[in-house]
Amino acid sequence: MARVVTGLPVRVVPCLDVRNGRVVKGVAFQELRDQGDPAALAAAYEEQGADEVVVLDVSATPDGRRTRLDTVRTVRAALSVPLTVGGGVGRVEDASLLLEAGADKVATNTAAVRRPGLLSELAARFGAQCVVVAIDAAATGETGAGSGYEVVVRSGTERTGIDAVAWAARAAEAGVGEVLLTSVDRDGTKQGYDLELLRRVRAAVSVPIVASGGAESPEHMAEAVRAGADAVLAASIFHQARWTVEGLKEALRARGVRVRPHRAENSWSAP
Amino acid sequence: MRPSVVAVVRTGTANLASVETALRRLRCEVEFVADADAVARADRLVLPGVGAFAAARHAVAASGLEDALRDRIVQGRPTLGVCLGMQLMARGSEEAPGVPGLGVLDAVAERFGDGQRVPQMGWNRVVPTDGSRIVPEGFAYFANSYRLTRLATGDRGGDWSPAWSDYGGRFLAAFERGTVVGCQFHPELSGAYGRTLIARWLAS
Repeated sequence: MARVVTGLPVRVVPCLDVRNGRVVKGVAFQELRDQGDPAALAAAYEEQGADEVVVLDVSATPDGRRTRLDTVRTVRAALSVPLTVGGGVGRVEDASLLLEAGADKVATNTAAVRRPGLLSELAARFGAQCVVVAIDAAATGETGAGSGYEVVVRSGTERTGIDAVAWAARAAEAGVGEVLLTSVDRDGTKQGYDLELLRRVRAAVSVPIVASGGAESPEHMAEAVRAGADAVLAASIFHQARWTVEGLKEALRARGVRVRPHRAENSWSAP
Repeated sequence: MRPSVVAVVRTGTANLASVETALRRLRCEVEFVADADAVARADRLVLPGVGAFAAARHAVAASGLEDALRDRIVQGRPTLGVCLGMQLMARGSEEAPGVPGLGVLDAVAERFGDGQRVPQMGWNRVVPTDGSRIVPEGFAYFANSYRLTRLATGDRGGDWSPAWSDYGGRFLAAFERGTVVGCQFHPELSGAYGRTLIARWLAS
């Protein structure tokens, strides 16, 4: 396909994995450990220069699901940059509740794989710019056909045999405005994003791609951008304060990656 | 300072929590309105909008708001149109051929070119012009597939002051005339930049 350019600064996106109202972060989706209050973390990241924030709520219990909307409300109240929320979006009505609570974009994963019509329903109701398909992908190994990546659902626990690149293309066709692409193999490993996965999905869709899974350094993020990512998502490097968003952006800039200037560099002044 | 009361049009197609939060953060009282009288009466009005052009336009028509909206814009009463709310001020959109906008601007929204990532999703630089009093320079958050590239097809519309951005070519990031402002971007999601814009509009 023809070369598609974005021209926008690369977005740096802290991700809050939330369970029962608290931020946790798993290593390869396991060993969840408490990281703190979602609203406080979101506000801190905005202050540091985060371009948007993603909240993925993995609460599975009914209580946890009720807490989800409260979490979205409190994060929204603390945040004046865009907020994407994923987790438990199985019906248009679920998305509607999250948007009313303060999400700007909703991400759907397992439910869309089970029933792809959900994506076009969401896009028709809320507009493409509101709808994110979250794809968890794993390498199929040497025996794998197609792109060599398959879709994994249910928080990384269930392999589907569905080709991840073909699924991304189908989702884009259905009208989603963004792909949140997570490498299950890399998530929590600190080894960097799966660049081959990024390149393959980049070649298949013209909507923005958010790279996720495995980031530990600015170099990893710069590599992802060169592989076609429009935004780079990370969790533990921020939660555990190995990098501030601001410091990370400076390091990206030094590597030739265009990022949004921090407020002090803008020519206007706040009231 | 006495808190401003800001009316926010609620037609059912937009998520309004971000707009509401941004206004409250600037100590405004927010009231949601959905009828022509309230739109006509409001001291300050925000016309938000996400979603599809046709759906938003039909919602405006179904609520009987078009004349009240057009009148207050033409009369120069404080009005802020955001994203689709800005595009609704135009004559129409390629997204919905045959569906007329409010027609305050004699221009039509067109889809970004094939060479671009669509939607435009992220922060882009906004460059105001000499007449800009409310729209600042800086980076603002956009999430759109369609955009206006000019203020008017003919020579009308010359009294609007544009602010420009570039995404595979120049497009209208915002326009303003007195206290009427249209923003293609989302000031309510644009951090300190957006706060500056909204605060200036509230003070205008």
